[in-house]
Amino acid sequence: MITTAAPEREHYLNASYGIKSWLLTKDHKRIALLYLATITFFFFLGGAFATLIRIELLTPTGGIVSSETYNKLFTMHGVAMVFFFLIPAIPATLGNFFLPMMIGARDLAFPRLNLLSWYLLVIGGLFALFAMLAGGVDTGWTFYTPYSTTYSNSWVIATALGIFISGFSSILTGLNFIVTIHRMRAPGMTWFRLPLFVWAHYATSLIQVLGTPVIAVTILLLFCERVFHIGIFDPALGGDPVLFQHLFWFYSHPAVYIMVLPAMGVISELISVYSRKPLFGYKFIAFSSVAIAVLSFLVWGHHLFVSGQSLYAGLVFSFLSYFVAIPSAIKVFNWTATLYKGSISYDTPMLYAFGFIGLFTVGGLTGLFVAALGIDVHVTDTYFVIAHFHYIMVGGTIMAYLGGMHYYWPKMTGRMYPEGWAKLSAVVIFLGFNLTFFPQFILGYLGMPRRYHVYPEEFQVLHVLSTAGASVLAVGYLMPMIYFVWSLRYGQLAPANPWGATGLEWKTASPPPVHNFDEPPVMTHEAYDYSTVIQEEIEVG
Amino acid sequence: MGSLPLFPEQASTIAPEVDHLLYFLLAVSVFFTLLIFGAIFYFAIRYRRRSEHELPPVVHGGLALEILWTVIPFGLTMVMFTWGAEVFFKESRPPDDAIQIYAVGKQWMWKLEHLEGQREINELHIPLGRAVRLTMTSEDAIHSFFVPAFRTKQDVVPGRYTTTWFQPTKPGKYHLFCAEYCGNRHSGMIGWVYVMEPQDYQTWLSGGAPEGTLAENGQKLFTQLACVNCHKADNQGRCPTLVGLFGNTVELTGGGKVKADEAYIRESILRPQAKIVKGYEPVMPTFQGLVTEDQVLQLVEYIKSIGPQPGTRAAPGVRTP
Repeated sequence: MITTAAPEREHYLNASYGIKSWLLTKDHKRIALLYLATITFFFFLGGAFATLIRIELLTPTGGIVSSETYNKLFTMHGVAMVFFFLIPAIPATLGNFFLPMMIGARDLAFPRLNLLSWYLLVIGGLFALFAMLAGGVDTGWTFYTPYSTTYSNSWVIATALGIFISGFSSILTGLNFIVTIHRMRAPGMTWFRLPLFVWAHYATSLIQVLGTPVIAVTILLLFCERVFHIGIFDPALGGDPVLFQHLFWFYSHPAVYIMVLPAMGVISELISVYSRKPLFGYKFIAFSSVAIAVLSFLVWGHHLFVSGQSLYAGLVFSFLSYFVAIPSAIKVFNWTATLYKGSISYDTPMLYAFGFIGLFTVGGLTGLFVAALGIDVHVTDTYFVIAHFHYIMVGGTIMAYLGGMHYYWPKMTGRMYPEGWAKLSAVVIFLGFNLTFFPQFILGYLGMPRRYHVYPEEFQVLHVLSTAGASVLAVGYLMPMIYFVWSLRYGQLAPANPWGATGLEWKTASPPPVHNFDEPPVMTHEAYDYSTVIQEEIEVG
Repeated sequence: MGSLPLFPEQASTIAPEVDHLLYFLLAVSVFFTLLIFGAIFYFAIRYRRRSEHELPPVVHGGLALEILWTVIPFGLTMVMFTWGAEVFFKESRPPDDAIQIYAVGKQWMWKLEHLEGQREINELHIPLGRAVRLTMTSEDAIHSFFVPAFRTKQDVVPGRYTTTWFQPTKPGKYHLFCAEYCGNRHSGMIGWVYVMEPQDYQTWLSGGAPEGTLAENGQKLFTQLACVNCHKADNQGRCPTLVGLFGNTVELTGGGKVKADEAYIRESILRPQAKIVKGYEPVMPTFQGLVTEDQVLQLVEYIKSIGPQPGTRAAPGVRTP
């Protein structure tokens, strides 16, 4: 058979070339890739800090770096990971790329604002990076006063301004998503036909828009006290140090849900596609996202149980914290029930989804421990808390992020990733993660305080286990980095819909054309109606 | 390296209570983890995809199940909440007969002061079987007083007093940690709590020759700082008398009332204009920067010592609640 090489189809990657076509692009797909490069940089930076922390903790005597350096390492690990990786991770990459496509839109509602939000993240990131290179910052990512305003001799202001600026990136992304979801849905795309990924991002956007201004104000107040000595938080200047904690957590607790709600959205997609069934309890999953967004603003005081806040405040915040556990439990049960009588395949994204459910379940259940007042007194500010939130933010968010990246890689790049290696990475990450963080639950209950450079000898065995796990985890994270890049050139060409998925984003070519769809799409069926796709596949052959 | 402890020692009355709550939470967690992991494993194998074009039956959900897995977890969390709150109230409320000890945190050490005058650094000696109440403050950043074997932790905040308490049940030597990050040598801000047999504790207390009790030192300061010139014992000075003050309710200019506790006395020394006793002029200068937190504690203890004694009448200007 003789074939002539067809001229290559035009798509968003090859429609224009040159650095300007990227740095001035208004295409949400290209902006998503700009974000992807940025957050990948910060992920490996934060990961490098984590590696040094874990190496340091191999011995109890703190011989490898000084305590000053150690304090800077865990601070910069937290800052890089939380503000410049986890918060933008899923919304700014997968959300940016696929939210418009899922609702059948050509782009986000405000493409220029979208580009601006990327620049804001980069400028904020440069401030933080400058602070790190100039000598680092040692306040912990929580910036507790009066240490951060009066006692720290490090680059507090540069780092805080970096976070301040990147916060506006988050606000603009949220605003853009809300307007897009309200105004740009394709004909037939009713609210209850939206993919649950979109519902999760809608809930996330509400938190971004309503919560982020509070951290901006908090940082400005911190700035005023540190630079102008206006007494706000330091009692020596007439301030109240615990006020800072209230303001900080009023944003930073909801921020946990900025990190994990989009992850839940990704998992909903994956569970449905790879069991080829509509989600069990669609509306319960959709509304539980909104419930989490609302409740997330009412639980900040559970970070302050031993801060000296009133006993009764503790009581109220513990009570409300248990409320927010329920919608998360509802999601886990519904995902599990979706598998029942499904047609379950073990493609890589599904392995990551299983991993997510496992780790998120442990993270969520240990959240019940720290919400219990009597236990939190003992475990707060210990490794128990570290383990708990890493199970949520790393075990949860990063598993979902990687699951989503594998799922959407063919659509984003037009290439398939190598399935064998990818499956291996999912298993290595799951095992490495548990070996890293499970011993930390035990360490924490034993009483090992967090942010300790030097520690009593009896904790060493558990620290060594944790460091061993971290090495496995590091290998696991490097694997996708390598084979994703490899696949750009050597991966198999991806069909439009390699997974038999139902979303509109799969009804266009891989990679998509500049304006996403050649024909304006119309939604003609419920979300996750697999009969339509299977019918087509059978007809096509 | 070598030892692998998995569970902390129980050395206070509250420790077993915290651990019992932990066991309950562990049991619930293990149950749900096994339930979910088991279901996922079973479904994933039982319903694995057998052919490329397989189309499973559509199940949209079931209201009964949704209610079931909302109501049961909610009920369980309410048990956790109530139980946790009960333990927390015990952790937060010292019994009346507790021994009073003061703690001051500063970068990067713990100073502990006994009423009898003994002062310790990074060590705390306490008797077995007696409840101990710690009143604490910080001279700089926030610290946190944490004794894992007692399961107690309380932030130590500059500018205010916080309290914690514990009743040791086992003689021995236990870790004391600073649990709130406080700067460079945070992990060096550690020490030991020694729980001693009561008679050993008495021996320890009488050893050393301290320079007077806390209250006696407070009285000396009270004279040195010239407090005594205005706060006269017979209430004839320009300022209210402090005899019989502690623990009573004070009426303020402008109509408020306040209980004269440690925090009120501390505030009145450092920020005397904050609350003015009814019938007096705001003439007192601030002692902020002139006295250390240790000295404030001595003054507080002195004022406590001249507080109402059983059988005495409250002084004018103060009113028993």
